Amino acid sequence: MNDETIQKYGDELYVAWLERRTVAPLLEREPEITLADAYRIQLRYIERRVGAGETVVGKKIGVTSKPVQDFLGVFQPDFGQLTSGMVHEEGDTIDLGTLIQPKAEAELAFVLKADLQGPGVTAMDVIRATDYVVPCFEIVDSRITDWKIKIQDTVADNASCGVYVLGKTRGDPRKLDITLAGMVLEKNGELHSTGVGAAVQGSPANAVAWLANTLGELGIPFKAGEVILSGSQSALVPVVDGDELVCTVGGLGSCRVKFSGRSAA
Amino acid sequence: MSMNVTLSREDVVRLCERVEGAQKRACAIPKLTDEYPGMTMGDGYAVQFELRRRFLEQGHRQVGWKAGLTSKAKMQQMGVSVPSIGFLTDRMARPENSAISTADLVHPRVECEVAFVMKKTLAGPGCTRADVLAATDYVLPAVEIIDSRFSGFKFDLESVVADNGSSARFVGGGRARYAEELDLRTLGVVMEKNGEIVTMGASAAVLGHPAEAIAMLVNILAELGEELPAGSFVMSGGITEAIAVKPGDSIIARFQELGSVSMRFVD
Repeated sequence: MNDETIQKYGDELYVAWLERRTVAPLLEREPEITLADAYRIQLRYIERRVGAGETVVGKKIGVTSKPVQDFLGVFQPDFGQLTSGMVHEEGDTIDLGTLIQPKAEAELAFVLKADLQGPGVTAMDVIRATDYVVPCFEIVDSRITDWKIKIQDTVADNASCGVYVLGKTRGDPRKLDITLAGMVLEKNGELHSTGVGAAVQGSPANAVAWLANTLGELGIPFKAGEVILSGSQSALVPVVDGDELVCTVGGLGSCRVKFSGRSAA
Repeated sequence: MSMNVTLSREDVVRLCERVEGAQKRACAIPKLTDEYPGMTMGDGYAVQFELRRRFLEQGHRQVGWKAGLTSKAKMQQMGVSVPSIGFLTDRMARPENSAISTADLVHPRVECEVAFVMKKTLAGPGCTRADVLAATDYVLPAVEIIDSRFSGFKFDLESVVADNGSSARFVGGGRARYAEELDLRTLGVVMEKNGEIVTMGASAAVLGHPAEAIAMLVNILAELGEELPAGSFVMSGGITEAIAVKPGDSIIARFQELGSVSMRFVD
């Protein structure tokens, strides 16, 4: 794809995000779009958000579970970039009016204390470079109509990132079994679903190592202080006005989030 | 739950012989409600208790109980809405890391469970999660090998209860822990078959907390006129969905804080 087309779609997704509306799947319009093209479109979209005053604060890893990979017909995760406008504090009520067709996922987030420069990064390097982990919610959202996404669509659309909330209990991955730590998700006081760290690429640390290596190949920096959402350990939960979700990571702690208002779609 | 028995003593014995024959010969039989559509839960337990009476008469030792159908996943898989219980004997126990024959099983499936060993006798009704935790000596990880003796996986709760809750074999192992040193609600569990993850979850999948399933079991026992004796080994129900196994399969269940339990299946 030429730069002009990349820019066109990146801009289109940026405007769709800005105006809280959806666009037709890109792959339907450009059947030849490659994964590399999709990441270039994502970079353009992020460039627009940064141009409007946001900063890049981290990365999210998506498509980390086998069911989702099977659904999208891929064998590896994808990633998107987290920007300052996506951050919510624990205890915040998230205004659904800022989102289009949101769904929540419970995850483990990593905060780095050292740069991770791929390729060649292993899961052991990830633990070494991790400052702490926290339970978190990612509220995924899609600028593609009715979530009718193929892998190229979601990658171009910043891996369907919406907003995120980090819990306050910090854990040390040298003390916590991040692979076998259970994940319990409750919705409005009732058990919704359970999961475990291993649901993410066998271990969340494997997903972060994949990210470091992929970013290394693409020449995208991965710096100390960045937040990494390592991938969903729960089912996707559609959220509506008044919903409250709590996720608890065994041996670590919880993250709680509330929702109000109406999403655009 | 009504524990009303509607079957005659003759019918209970007849159905028990049918279930016992299916278990011993490892052959599938039609669900019991095909012939007795009016069977109640009480009838199912009457058949199960007759089966236990016969086993004990033959020299088996009862080592404890199991709670079954305690997770949303299991209830959906089985199409039922009420949990069940079954008894466990020494003949069903298999050591950790052993070869387990499938020759004497119909369609064996495995699930990950948190098991409790009791230090005090518990009696219902009104048994609570806190009562269970106070009466627990220790907890450990376990894998239950269930085996429904009904053909084509067609069954209902009454038939399953009569078939001793599909109990077949069990393996306890891993690491024994004091319950109060753990958060029993959030333990993560991964089951691997031949080195590949096949199912996973966290212990809250069992009625929100595994001790809740033991309390429920004690209350069902009370309805049946029994207590849960000190020393009992009790399995709280599958955290994960049941996974089919065949000869050649190797299973490892990994539990947060509780270590792992492994076994392999042979002809």
